Amino acid sequence: MWAMIVKEFRQMRRDRRTLAMMVVMPLLLLIVFGYAASFDVTSIPVRVVGTGAAEVAARLPAPFDVRAVAPAEDRQDAVRALRDGDVPVAVVADPGAITVLLDGSELFTANAARAALARVGGSPRVDVLFNPDLRTSAVMVPGLAGMILLFVGTVITSLGVVRERQSGTLEQLAVMPLRPWDVFVGKIAPYFLVAAVDLTVVVAAGTLLFGVPFHGSLLVLALGALLFLFVTLGTGVLISSVSQNQGQAIQLAIMTLLPQVLLSGLIFPLRSMPLGVRWIGYVLPLTYFTQISRGVMLRGSPLTALWQPFLYLALLGAAVVTFATLRFRAFLLPRGAGRAGRRSAPRTTAGAKP
Amino acid sequence: MTWGLTGVSVTRGGRLVLDGATLDVAPGGIVAVVGGDGSGKSSLLAVLAGLLAPTAGQVGTATRSRLGFLPASSGVYPDLTAAENLRFAATVHRMGSAAADERIRALLAITGLTAAAGRLGARLSGGMRQKLGVAMALVHQPDLLILDEPTTGVDPVSRADLWWLIAREAARCAAVVLSTTYLDEAERAGEVVVLDHGRTVLQGAPAGIVAAVPGQIRAADSRPSGPYAWRRGRSWRVWHPAGGDGEVIRPDLQDAVVVAALREAEEAGDE
Repeated sequence: MWAMIVKEFRQMRRDRRTLAMMVVMPLLLLIVFGYAASFDVTSIPVRVVGTGAAEVAARLPAPFDVRAVAPAEDRQDAVRALRDGDVPVAVVADPGAITVLLDGSELFTANAARAALARVGGSPRVDVLFNPDLRTSAVMVPGLAGMILLFVGTVITSLGVVRERQSGTLEQLAVMPLRPWDVFVGKIAPYFLVAAVDLTVVVAAGTLLFGVPFHGSLLVLALGALLFLFVTLGTGVLISSVSQNQGQAIQLAIMTLLPQVLLSGLIFPLRSMPLGVRWIGYVLPLTYFTQISRGVMLRGSPLTALWQPFLYLALLGAAVVTFATLRFRAFLLPRGAGRAGRRSAPRTTAGAKP
Repeated sequence: MTWGLTGVSVTRGGRLVLDGATLDVAPGGIVAVVGGDGSGKSSLLAVLAGLLAPTAGQVGTATRSRLGFLPASSGVYPDLTAAENLRFAATVHRMGSAAADERIRALLAITGLTAAAGRLGARLSGGMRQKLGVAMALVHQPDLLILDEPTTGVDPVSRADLWWLIAREAARCAAVVLSTTYLDEAERAGEVVVLDHGRTVLQGAPAGIVAAVPGQIRAADSRPSGPYAWRRGRSWRVWHPAGGDGEVIRPDLQDAVVVAALREAEEAGDE
């Protein structure tokens, strides 16, 4: 038994990634999620419109945070602001009547706003838009679509590529008349198609089985999913390029998956996270796909209203895919080619000797 | 037209794994690279296949479309059937559907894998997997065939089958470079390159290498003294630069390689 224990410790010491997972990750998770795991919304951005906007804005207590006062605007403008995701709450201050519009797609913010309004008193009229019954499933299903794309794109893809390395077939590929780009696209295309089918099934099941509304354009959602898939598939290839076996690939994939699930606003609202943790969410692709899917499905947001998450996803996609392609290319180039080049080593002659 | 290496050296991780290797292989020729574990055989083949960049020297190799390569791991996809593995290789080499069908059928028949065509790569025996790997490497009838230890871990019958396949390719005018740890196999090659710690210790036609063994090799019933003695079967052999006791043996390639390796080790020890 002693021999087994010593052997296991020796193996564990050499598997530094697993060791890091066991020691560093729990600490990191404790610190990050200790701050992030909160459903309490302490600040609610509000836009106040209507002729009495200035007076109402002055009377709004915390946690309401007045971001804009627009006396010239009306209810239509307020609805547009909510649909475009500018603010989660708008107050329409018409003479003799105050209406509070809540964005139901931001579940926790809407609930916090309702609770705060109840404390204020005066019982203004409250209209919950986009998810009138404030159903959790309506908010979760669009986010789950992103999570499933993330799982297929990152975890499954990383396994598919690293399998090639483990079975020793990568060397075979490297001498075949294939360009790195051919291998890269050939590897990710099947996963891309499977993920696209998964997305269709999730959205169809969400709307048909759970009654999740779909107010926006299918094309806009498809475009968002396309960009998101590029990021997730590229991440999968990147993970596989730095992993020696499938176990390492899964470890790394989980390390990228977990923060996305917990810090993207899918479960805990970004607004309730302190800035020190919230910025992590802003570099995660799922944050932006969740904004797109909820915006399109629940609020019917057009492409113009979602340009920001689209832009961030496009930038992330370009960066990740470029990096992944370069890493993949390095796989298929002669080992040591880069170093030899830098040292001005004699040129390798391709073709027959004279 | 010949393929090969001229004065190729490779340094990896600060260690010289190949030191000035030179070889030429012409169409129809077979060059066997022999040596123990870590002698640099796989590195030499990897340089010739374009998988490893040389630190110094010149490499003349076929273009990827005219190159066939068997990695040490056989290169067979474990989760594809034998026929699917061959189909993949044929498609990558842009063979037409009809030509690929015919070639795959022929290769399965030649390698004796017709009955196993629908079996997954993972479920093939070691010998069958190696034969399938070789078949994948020559599906497109390459000009240069590079095989990394095609017969290692393979039963004697499959070894014979593989050598028949290799000889068939050479007869078709393909240039073949292979590595092996079996010296009886190496004797079948037109040229042998013997590596030891990355250095070429012997090179030439097997008969020429044997003829060039200096001194004399003698047989002994018990272990002779001195650094140049080795066991061969039930008896011992010993190399003497000149003279000595016992029956003089006519050396074969194995004796020649052992003598060269022992002299190399002795000289390295002296330095």
